[in-house]
Amino acid sequence: MQTTLPATNLWTRARWSPYLVGTLIGVLSWVTFYVMDQALGASTTLVRAAGMITGAVSEEAVRGNAYYSKYLVGKPGIDWQFALVVMLPIGALIAARLSKSFRSESVPELWRSRFGNSKGLRYAAAFAGGALMLFGARLAGGCTSGHSISGNLQLAVSGWIFTIALFVGGIATAMTLYKKQS
Amino acid sequence: MFDTNLFASPQLLLFGALTGLVFGFLLQRGGVTQHKVIVGQFLLRDFTVLKIILTAVIVGGVGIYAMTGMGMIEGLKVKAAHVLADVLGGVIFGSGMAVLGYCPGTGIAAIGQGSRDAIAGTLGMLFGAAAYAQAYPFMQEHVLGVGELGKVTLVGEFGGPAWIWLAALAVGAGLLFVWLERRERGTAHPAV
Repeated sequence: MQTTLPATNLWTRARWSPYLVGTLIGVLSWVTFYVMDQALGASTTLVRAAGMITGAVSEEAVRGNAYYSKYLVGKPGIDWQFALVVMLPIGALIAARLSKSFRSESVPELWRSRFGNSKGLRYAAAFAGGALMLFGARLAGGCTSGHSISGNLQLAVSGWIFTIALFVGGIATAMTLYKKQS
Repeated sequence: MFDTNLFASPQLLLFGALTGLVFGFLLQRGGVTQHKVIVGQFLLRDFTVLKIILTAVIVGGVGIYAMTGMGMIEGLKVKAAHVLADVLGGVIFGSGMAVLGYCPGTGIAAIGQGSRDAIAGTLGMLFGAAAYAQAYPFMQEHVLGVGELGKVTLVGEFGGPAWIWLAALAVGAGLLFVWLERRERGTAHPAV
């Protein structure tokens, strides 16, 4: 299936087989469960970050909000998952630098081919997409990490429902956005 | 900040940081920090996302259930199912992910590989989280209670030992992978 290269080249190879990456993420989940009694996740951190930013302006706005309170009052704001999320770009930076695939880019190629070269349009869409995505994640109680990986591997009903719904919403939206004009 | 320390214990933070470092590295090498890979999945042109998720789920699931059986881990961390909220949340999430072209973890990771649009995406994520915090009382009253099943797994809900579910999943995913690899070799898209 794959052309096998010497193991020494693995560190500098830009893309790894998805099966290798999936396997290693699976193993990473064993470690987080076994060592830390934690499951991989990401989106709760954005609630804590939004709450702490809000709290820096007005503590009452956090204490008066049931959702922020659930994650922040009596609990450390900078927790295990927060440290994980902060380090994600560093891990990606190392991966990109080692394989010489680091590239500053404002408008991704596929987006440009469909919507043109405007940075403003791309940033506005990215902001809106990110907002919609996190709203959905918090409504469902998790994201691709917390539900689709950690939830599904525990055979959680919530994870499988979320993942199927995610693909339905994603496919419908992408097919509409990128429908061939010809 | 709020009635307790701002920071969790140094050990937890250190381990979280190491986990994030490895996770970010793997996501980048897997290609899922790329806009075209995420959108390509939803356009059914590039199945990298599905391959990574399914492989991680099977490998992870076998290990977690084996360790649970041996009493090596304290217990599962199953999130409660709220059927309506999970369906609505999933559809909204998928739509946003198709527009953004990253998911939360891969989007934040993508900043590290130089994707500037991922910064706008991350700011949007903070906004979305804040918006949900405001909408929470409404959701609690009208949405979260619909189809509330508790912290259930497929085993608990439909029976059968976990290994049968995992084995069925592995066989299904294996057949899908073989089919995808054959199809991809026949097209212009490289199997990477």
